[in-house]
Amino acid sequence: MNDIGASQFYSAFWDYYIAIITIVSVLGCAVFLWLQSRRTVKAQINAKGEIQTTGHVWDGDLQEFHNPMPRWWIWLFYLTVLFSVIYLVLYPGLGTQWQGVLKWTQSGQYQAEVKAADARFGPIFAAYAAQPIETVAADPKARQMGERIFLNNCAQCHGSDARGSRGFPNLSDGDWLYGGAPSTIVASLVEGRNGVMPPMGAAVGGKADVEDVANYVLSLSDSAHDSVKAVRGKAKFDTVCAACHGADGKGNPALGAPNLTDKVWLYGGSVATISETINAGRNNVMPSFKQILTAPEIHLAAAYVWSLSNSGKAAATTPAPAPAK
Amino acid sequence: MDNAVEVKRDSPPPPATGKAAPSAEPREIEIQLYARREEIYPRQRVGESLGFFQKWRWTAVWVTQFVFYGLPWLQWNGRQALLFDLAARKFYIFGMVLWPQDIIYLTAILIIAALSLFLFTAVGGRLWCGYACPQTVYTEIFLWIERHIEGDRAKRMRLDKDPMSARKFALKAAKHGAWIAVALWTGFTFVGYFTPIRELLVEVATFAAGGWSLFWILFYGFATYGNAGWMREQVCKYMCPYARFQSAMFDPDTLIVTYDRERGEPRGAGSKKLSRAEQGLGDCVECKLCVQVCPTGIDIRNGLQYECIGCAECIDACNYVMGKAGMPKGLIRYSTERALAEHFAAKDIWGHVLRPRVLVYAGILAAIIATLFVAVAMRVPLKVDVIRDRGALAREAEDGRIENTFRLQVMNTSERGQAYALSASGLPGLEIASEPTFELPGATTRSVLVRLRARPEDIPPGSNKIVIGVKAIDDPQVAVEEKTVFLGLKR
Repeated sequence: MNDIGASQFYSAFWDYYIAIITIVSVLGCAVFLWLQSRRTVKAQINAKGEIQTTGHVWDGDLQEFHNPMPRWWIWLFYLTVLFSVIYLVLYPGLGTQWQGVLKWTQSGQYQAEVKAADARFGPIFAAYAAQPIETVAADPKARQMGERIFLNNCAQCHGSDARGSRGFPNLSDGDWLYGGAPSTIVASLVEGRNGVMPPMGAAVGGKADVEDVANYVLSLSDSAHDSVKAVRGKAKFDTVCAACHGADGKGNPALGAPNLTDKVWLYGGSVATISETINAGRNNVMPSFKQILTAPEIHLAAAYVWSLSNSGKAAATTPAPAPAK
Repeated sequence: MDNAVEVKRDSPPPPATGKAAPSAEPREIEIQLYARREEIYPRQRVGESLGFFQKWRWTAVWVTQFVFYGLPWLQWNGRQALLFDLAARKFYIFGMVLWPQDIIYLTAILIIAALSLFLFTAVGGRLWCGYACPQTVYTEIFLWIERHIEGDRAKRMRLDKDPMSARKFALKAAKHGAWIAVALWTGFTFVGYFTPIRELLVEVATFAAGGWSLFWILFYGFATYGNAGWMREQVCKYMCPYARFQSAMFDPDTLIVTYDRERGEPRGAGSKKLSRAEQGLGDCVECKLCVQVCPTGIDIRNGLQYECIGCAECIDACNYVMGKAGMPKGLIRYSTERALAEHFAAKDIWGHVLRPRVLVYAGILAAIIATLFVAVAMRVPLKVDVIRDRGALAREAEDGRIENTFRLQVMNTSERGQAYALSASGLPGLEIASEPTFELPGATTRSVLVRLRARPEDIPPGSNKIVIGVKAIDDPQVAVEEKTVFLGLKR
């Protein structure tokens, strides 16, 4: 209400405008009904004294016969007037100045529904939130809940099967940029991640140098590469790239530097793509979800994500629980 | 047509502020737009036994009510045979479970209902109103109760005029008690179509029923009591839209309840000593029984009127009187406007009833009914919707093949659990990389993940049409194929 009142496009005139039109209409209906219930018209009668028509004739032969409505019918109309009066007393129907006896608002109703939903679902979430993620992940019901949270919030980037796509990590292959411990997954969800690979083209050297390094990177995972170029690239790698990716190329989860010795590629594993990555760098953002999801929801989503690459472990550590009643 | 004429019967005239002089002179009087409703006391028995059409009406009452009250108690495979579970959005109809996706069958049923209405009204006028409409049927039942407690027309009229007495109070209390009992049972039965009736009965019996079930039982109970006990013909006259628009379906060859004016007029009791012909009288003996039995309080001798619900009570009454008076039956009968005007024989009437309009209605109706039956019989208890992954259009899998992800929304609309096998076709070397089979409990829905892979050299870049199939493993009849697309990557 105050928001509207503060708006410069709003004038209190409209409150009175609405209120007066509404009240006058309702009263007008009542007066009209009262007049109609007393109104009489002249009717034709025939020789036997029977009432025939109201004498209204249209188009020469279309006559209005006398078929009076039952008297109780008019009371239905009065009831609608009564209804609108009661309604306008209870609810805010007369502009913003009158809030109604019930103080009903849309946002109030929304809050009440949220409260009711929290009361209903809160204990379920709370029970799971109190358990360690490994236990939650072993519970099929919890996994279903986690999956639904995932599908609504995470699948847009990571895919509904969590297997990602170019630029969006696959969450089901057991390969992690920042580590796959349950607490790390929760941290990724809560705070988000910003993975930066700076442009390294100048540090590495010319075009040929970059290609050499790219071939060396491919050799780390035994992927198809040019071994001559790879040998040439090793020195550059050790001086420039090893700072983050490590001398062995196994990466550094603390920085989110990927492991280059496996065949998992976030942007693609060709010489061209790797060269592009070295030259232009990469900047990748996983947004923070702490404003979007509640802590228990993040707990369940993390359990679901963790279960994708740890299904064997989850089943092994905790016996499968009996189906929920 | 001189229908819709407000004619004074044996009830007082509508309240008039001015006075109509009995002599002919003043041609105009003041009338009000609203009038007090005059209670109608339809006479229910003329003679010792039920008339021909009364028997039909009672047959309709018995059949409809037997079905209505009985159906919810039937069991089928350990559940209620007929249950419209609105909360779970599942309609159980004997061996079938209909889901919201099956709304097309409801559409077909509504079309069938509408066309049946057209057909029967074109042939026999307001057959629905007169014989099968719940308003008529419950009024009939309530009238029966009324007659057995208060007596028939004359006794009821006298009772209502009498001042309140212990006897009158007892009769009225008994009548309303019986009405309310029937009404509540009707409301209970109706709710029993939407919530398991056996559990509902236990709840009601232990006063544990609450919330919406109780509300709707009372609501429909009140509606039955109010409409069949108090409103009666007013529902047909002032509230029912169908009552009004079906006059548009009449034509001169529609069978309607008709008074044979030529044969009946001039009416009069006459004297028994002379023949009616000698007295210059028609066959109508002016006994007014046709008016007394009318549940809407009209005089059929004034011709076709919008109030007439086509119940044929007046035919039965008149036939009885004609029989007693030794005159041929059928002074009031089912006939058509054209038949009366052109003096058709019975045979000719039927020749005109089977006119093109009726045959077209019947043909369309038969076709739709047949279609519905075939569609229901061929219905597969499995529904599949393919939803392409919204996040990843296509990706390169670790083995270098192109992978597309789909989510199948699978509904097992049968009542038993089922194992299904997936298949994919439409591209060379298209393979399912995810779990190729899955299980689904009865009457559940699940989102099933499907990953398809193909070698990049086999698939052109862009969109390629493919088909994903779901088939029940132990029942090849239960199979659904859905079209979708597989996206190839640009090389």
